[in-house]
Amino acid sequence: MLKRSLRRGALVGGVLVFIALIGAPAAFAREPVVRGVVTLSQLLLAIGALLAGSGAAPATRTRSTGAVVAAGAIAGAVCMLLLALLALLVSAVDLRQVLVNATPQLVDELTLGRGVVTGSTVLVVLGTVLGALGGWSTRLPAAISRSAVLAGAAVVVVGVLRDKGLAIAEAVALGVAVWAVAYGRSRWGSALATRYQRVQRRNSTMVSIVVWIAGLFILLGLPSILGTYGTSVLDLVGLYVLMGLGLNIVVGYAGLLDLGYVAFFTIGAYVTGLLTSPAASTQLGLSFWIAWPLAMVAAAGAGALLGIPVLRMRGDYLAIVTLGFGEIIRILVLSDTFKSVLGGAQGIIEIPGPSIGSFTMMRPQHFYYLILIGVMIVVFVSRRISDSRVGRAWMAIREDEDVAEATGVNLVKYKLLAFAMGASFSGIGGAIFASWVHSVFPNSFTLLVSINILSLVIVGGIGSIPGVILGAFFLVGLPEVLRSFADFRMITFGALLVAMMIARPEGLWPAKSRRRELHLEVAE
Amino acid sequence: MSAAANGHPVCLSARRVTKRFGGLVAVDSVSIDIPERTVASVIGPNGAGKTTFFNCITGLYAPEDGDILFQGRSLVGYRPDSIAAMGIARTYQNIRLFSAMTALENVLVGQHAHLRSGVFGAIFRPSSTVLEEERAQQEAREMLAFVGLPGRGDLLATSIPYGGQRRLEIARALASRPKLLLLDEPTAGMNPQETDDLMHLIERLRDELALTVLLIEHDMRVVMGVSDQVSVLHYGTKISEGTPKEVQNDPRVVEAYLGTGGSHGHA
Amino acid sequence: MRRRLSGPVDVTQLVVSGIGLVILLFVVYRLVATLMGGTYGVSTYASQAIFGLAQGGIYALIALGYTLVYGILFMINFAHGEIFMGGTYIAYFVIAAFDRSGFLESNPLLAIVATVATAMTASVILALGLERIAYRPLRRAPRLVPLITAIGASLFLQYAFRGLFGTGVKVYPDTHLHVAGIDILGGRYDIGGMVVRPIYFVVFLMAVTLMLALWILVQKTKMGKAMRAVAEDKDTAALMGIDVDRVVVLTFALGAALAGAAGVMFALYNKQVTHTMGFIPGIKAFTAAVLGGIGNVPGAMLGGFFLGLAESTFPTLLGLDSQLKDVIAFGLLVLVLIFRPTGILGEVLSRKRA
Repeated sequence: MLKRSLRRGALVGGVLVFIALIGAPAAFAREPVVRGVVTLSQLLLAIGALLAGSGAAPATRTRSTGAVVAAGAIAGAVCMLLLALLALLVSAVDLRQVLVNATPQLVDELTLGRGVVTGSTVLVVLGTVLGALGGWSTRLPAAISRSAVLAGAAVVVVGVLRDKGLAIAEAVALGVAVWAVAYGRSRWGSALATRYQRVQRRNSTMVSIVVWIAGLFILLGLPSILGTYGTSVLDLVGLYVLMGLGLNIVVGYAGLLDLGYVAFFTIGAYVTGLLTSPAASTQLGLSFWIAWPLAMVAAAGAGALLGIPVLRMRGDYLAIVTLGFGEIIRILVLSDTFKSVLGGAQGIIEIPGPSIGSFTMMRPQHFYYLILIGVMIVVFVSRRISDSRVGRAWMAIREDEDVAEATGVNLVKYKLLAFAMGASFSGIGGAIFASWVHSVFPNSFTLLVSINILSLVIVGGIGSIPGVILGAFFLVGLPEVLRSFADFRMITFGALLVAMMIARPEGLWPAKSRRRELHLEVAE
Repeated sequence: MSAAANGHPVCLSARRVTKRFGGLVAVDSVSIDIPERTVASVIGPNGAGKTTFFNCITGLYAPEDGDILFQGRSLVGYRPDSIAAMGIARTYQNIRLFSAMTALENVLVGQHAHLRSGVFGAIFRPSSTVLEEERAQQEAREMLAFVGLPGRGDLLATSIPYGGQRRLEIARALASRPKLLLLDEPTAGMNPQETDDLMHLIERLRDELALTVLLIEHDMRVVMGVSDQVSVLHYGTKISEGTPKEVQNDPRVVEAYLGTGGSHGHA
Repeated sequence: MRRRLSGPVDVTQLVVSGIGLVILLFVVYRLVATLMGGTYGVSTYASQAIFGLAQGGIYALIALGYTLVYGILFMINFAHGEIFMGGTYIAYFVIAAFDRSGFLESNPLLAIVATVATAMTASVILALGLERIAYRPLRRAPRLVPLITAIGASLFLQYAFRGLFGTGVKVYPDTHLHVAGIDILGGRYDIGGMVVRPIYFVVFLMAVTLMLALWILVQKTKMGKAMRAVAEDKDTAALMGIDVDRVVVLTFALGAALAGAAGVMFALYNKQVTHTMGFIPGIKAFTAAVLGGIGNVPGAMLGGFFLGLAESTFPTLLGLDSQLKDVIAFGLLVLVLIFRPTGILGEVLSRKRA
């Protein structure tokens, strides 16, 4: 048991040391969660100690509470000891030549601003206490501890989102309220759900109409609630939802891993730029409303065209070749060879916003509605098609290409259809993007965009429409709002992709079929 | 050594079909004629080229030599989906269902070739699509009931027990309204009771649905019980053909199974 | 196992062949035009070819890592470029310290050997960590799952290095090593109007030596035999008493060691080290592995040299912008996969199904 505690403490401590050295504490120190009490960076350390403590507790219930608490305390102490050693090391030796974040500020953060010696001691003591608490928490009924985690998470998220953090009273009130609701739900939630279902069944159309209308009102009203900045974040999330749902058709439905998906976004954006900007080489200056469908068609055509050569490739080869296509398109757009038409690195500027009569869309709030329409269309199409002969053909290809073909599915036709349709969604997004930022530059369309989209599809739940939307909010919206988090965005994506594949490959909000699979496993 | 002539026209006619993999001749100049409404079996020790022969018929492989005629029309060079649309369906030795889809959806994919609705229909759902979809689902449920899986449509394919999965594969194959059904070891891994049920099902396929069935099977009880005609492959060549009785008494067959290919279990 | 697609006319096949023909005609046309035009002399092509061979050696060494792992696990270790980067990056701190202490100047050979050893060790540690944490739990998962994991790992490693060591570009110090009066690391010599840098020869020779060593290891030793057995059939090999996990670990380690060595060699003439430096060489080395037939060890070597040469000479030969260098690599990758999916040497791409 001692070994388990030591190992657990060392593991969490090691991760925390890594997080410290990539500069998270310094960045998160600027994020007060509870005003004057605790910052995000301090919370990070505390959460680490709690996790170490709860992880050190043996899974079986045979041990006495005292033993579990002791195990937790040891793990927490070990974990914080590592950080204290790091603080000592950094204060004694100047490592900044190599490790850029091994700064005095880091030492300050780790030792809670109390000097190296006192601070380290305090750190280890706190670690022991929190670890013990973590260990003890494993003995609580699941309903209580899970609700507590939820309450804690709510306080952290709201505290971070508030510019100066929560006041103590607010934090306590919020925590208790969330805890009570969560606890109540886990105790009496299933009874409520059946009540609701009964109501719903009795007059299902009424209920669903009410829900839909309420949802629509909220969606329509969001920009005035969120203000300009919030709305522009929402716009970005919406664009990623558009692209995510497109990629979801290709990857989620048809099982074709496309890493060059950004190419179609590029094409949509450039077609719009070329058709609408008076400063573009073409000097057409057409209306956005003409350019939009054309951008979509161009992207769909490009999707089908690039699909032809890769028809016979499977899985991983397809991924690399599509990645190659994406890069080729970016390099060609960037190159001097096509500079006269596409503007090279300077891109295309002066792209006008869409206008209706004399009104021209300029502000994020205006684009919000445009994007909302796009998203609604795309969600509608995705839902309808997933539940049709076409959707079934795609899923059959995803499950087993050879069998699908032998069952009568024309692989050529349906793969190209998937590529084209996925690309067209991205084209819609590209067109809106171009008119929203009024310009297009090749450097907006890197491989990282493709990987972002892939990440949100996978984290949300591959093949799942609500999953993609959730994924976009998580992976695009959240980092946008948490500015101090921006530097750690890509590293988190990477870690998330790995973790999701290992622990929860079906995503946060799995598709219907995969959830069914899980349910059956539970039932068995 | 005439085929079990039942007075019906020939459904499938393989003529000197040859398939090589590198230096290995997996199927060597095999000719087989199968009349309509017949249950024909292909037997032989492991590695005799039976499944390769199937794959040549369904278009997964293109034979290097020879021709395969289905109702008088050559299949060689057609893609598997075109061949499926002509009326040939199959099952697999190691069950290959669409595992993340329900039983009903599996059967609906089988119907793919004779449904019409495309992207437009999927998105706008005109009444023709709605009607087609309703009929397809109805037919798929009937198909499931026919193979002995009534009311199991909403189960995930993988959550159906083993024997049921084999039946579901047959239902999926039937959904494409085939004239010729290829079954690759349909009773493998089944217990005697399940095997009896499946033999009965095969007979119903021939008698009630008027199908031609081509069967690969190791279980001699099944082969001798349901076949009208048996062909024996050995190292890619056909060494015997005839009624079950004729084949059983052919010394070459006995030698192939016991003399050289002695490792085989069932025979 | 190529199957004919359909009896009547196959439109997609036609389109693909058409694209291929157009590209071929374009290449021939530009080639003839350039050669007839005679804008560039032999020395231009010669110096490009020398550079191409060195660069190709680097690609080949990295490609071996892809090919070895693919041969055994049938997965594309997308993060292999980051293994290359990681070793180079860590070794930078060592060579920079040697430079500051004067050791690099007083004893360049030893310093370089120590740097290479550091890079190889760092790469191996990274690769083994990656295998243990990210890949091993997924060994029996569907093929796309480890690929997505590898993409995640690649992203994670890049940004971990960025977070730990900063965004700035690190520059390898100038090194000089005199052999028979020639500075074989830092020298530039003008021979008949052509600038020759001996380092390119050194890199080329080192790459060839390492490849020979690997070849002997795989063909002659017991360990190599175990590797080949596992590549052939994991389950049977395990039944024969081969520790499959150990072989997989060794394979990752070998590939990583080669990548680490390649990294230092690359940095000796390319100088700059960043957290993103692994991406492009990684993709190109993958291209090289595919060119030669992935899973095929000599194929990866051949593919690497071919790609290096193609990249350095084609832009001039075809009269293209040198900005389009990367398009050549990606274009070759796409063309090879379309027209000869088994690569130049045509190793069997064993598909587990069908």
